[in-house]
Amino acid sequence: MGKTLAEKILSAKSGVDAQAGDVVIAPMDLVFAHDVGGPLTIQQFRQSGLDRLAHPESTPFFLDHCVPAPRRELANDQKLVRAFASENGCPLYQVGDGICHQLVVEQWAKPGDVIVGGDSHTCTMGGLGAFATGMGSTDIAIAMGLGKNWLRVPESFLIRISGRFPAGVGAKDLILHVIGLLTAEGATYKALEFGGESLKTMTMSQRLTVANMAVEAGAKTGLFPSDEVTRSYLERLGRGKCFQPLGPDPDAVYERVVEIDAEKLVPVVARPHAVDQVVPVSEVEGTRIDQVFIGSCTNGRLEDLAEAAGILAGKSINPRTRLIVAPASRSVYLEAMAQGYLKTFMNAGAAIVNPGCAVCAGVHQGVLAEDEVCLSTSNRNFKGRMGNPDSRVYLASPATAAASAIRGTITSPPRFAAG
Amino acid sequence: MLKGRAIKLGNDISTDLIAPGRYMHLRNNLPELAKHALEDADPDFVAKVKAGDFIVAGKNFGLGSSREHAPLIIKMSGIGAVIAESVGRIFFRNAINIGLPVIIAATQGIDDGNELEIDLASGTLDNLSSGAKLNFAQLPPVMLQILEEGGLIPYIRKFGDLQFQAKR
Repeated sequence: MGKTLAEKILSAKSGVDAQAGDVVIAPMDLVFAHDVGGPLTIQQFRQSGLDRLAHPESTPFFLDHCVPAPRRELANDQKLVRAFASENGCPLYQVGDGICHQLVVEQWAKPGDVIVGGDSHTCTMGGLGAFATGMGSTDIAIAMGLGKNWLRVPESFLIRISGRFPAGVGAKDLILHVIGLLTAEGATYKALEFGGESLKTMTMSQRLTVANMAVEAGAKTGLFPSDEVTRSYLERLGRGKCFQPLGPDPDAVYERVVEIDAEKLVPVVARPHAVDQVVPVSEVEGTRIDQVFIGSCTNGRLEDLAEAAGILAGKSINPRTRLIVAPASRSVYLEAMAQGYLKTFMNAGAAIVNPGCAVCAGVHQGVLAEDEVCLSTSNRNFKGRMGNPDSRVYLASPATAAASAIRGTITSPPRFAAG
Repeated sequence: MLKGRAIKLGNDISTDLIAPGRYMHLRNNLPELAKHALEDADPDFVAKVKAGDFIVAGKNFGLGSSREHAPLIIKMSGIGAVIAESVGRIFFRNAINIGLPVIIAATQGIDDGNELEIDLASGTLDNLSSGAKLNFAQLPPVMLQILEEGGLIPYIRKFGDLQFQAKR
């Protein structure tokens, strides 16, 4: 019987001819943790009786959520993570290096890898054709110690995309639309596998945005085939040797097939306080917003910043609204600087913060006041997400975010409005 | 056999509601963090919970982030098991890994304050207040083995490795 991408990768890695529903033990190509989950992971590892890390050289730690530390407790957590990484010979990504998922994509992940990270958005690397999933501290601690962990091979939903995206409509609109269709629990325990003719024209940045949010439909991972787009992306990073083509078998069995006609997509937002409350921007156009956030592991890449800068060039944000921009990594920051995007943001009235999770972590760099509204390019709008349960968060694309910052109200991207 | 009172919660209780991000500085100080457990879903939760009580929730309990602090502070508050119509994937693994039983069952007929008796081995839930009985599916064997050892850390301390065989 043919295999889905998830079945193929987990069979190859576990050495078992696995199909959906099987439990396999898979060796890990990469295990990682960050400053928030890291301290508990370290504590659990120390209590496990395992005396050393299986592969310290591929067990990186990332300081990304609360950096630079906004208070002493979090500074102490980061000190603990730094010390553990140093004692055990683990790579350490410091304050300002960027968000774990982006750095793993840039420097570690390969098509066909099995990766576990102590963060739910670990599924981002599925954009590169890696089976990547988020786990809690104990699972990560055990994976660090044993170099493996158990995984139930998920059933897969095939999301088949055809047609061209209309101007002003992007990957974020696509994945929000899919989550709205599936609902926030519609793909729980499943893999979302993306396919269809439109993939040829989807850039790696767009694929990463889509894979990143698979977990918001409950999925274990989001997976893209590894193809020419993957090859050229890895080659540009100087990692061309990591490339291998990877796709599902033609007779793979899917639990469900969802057909998406990209031409019919429109700019959308997820309304507070659920990621699956997805409506066209036109339905909430004019809603007053206090803050716009452009960044995160969903939409903090160079293409996202380029799109927003294109809309903000020569314009100013509405004086009632503040705009916070956080490039996803140091290399994104540097390239955005070289391209002039950061200058555009500063001239438009934005505040640029260091690479990292920024306000999406909910503790700093843009916590909302009572009754305030934020339009954000991040991936979660749960009550309290941005540090205040009495505030509201809408999720949208970078194009919608930039247009909305100029107007001070939720606004359609200009290219879509013009079309 | 577990016995306790139902504390009823709604649908879609995210980890942001269980362990809010604004208390991130307390993640390494669990007794303090536990004082805020579920604060944004039910402000009275910590005051009213008694040892052995059950959380009885609707669909998709624990959706969202991978923070294991969420099931940990639920367990620390005294909750004996989480009963929900469905559970977020990472929360499910995390709860079992720290020895907090999770039961997937139809919870619509259970009211706040009902006295419940649960037999994990036979998969039965008796609602002593209403007289209703319902059956629930066993945990997958892998998770059952972990739970029987009290969680994944005690499991690894005992066996030193994962003992499961690949199976259908």
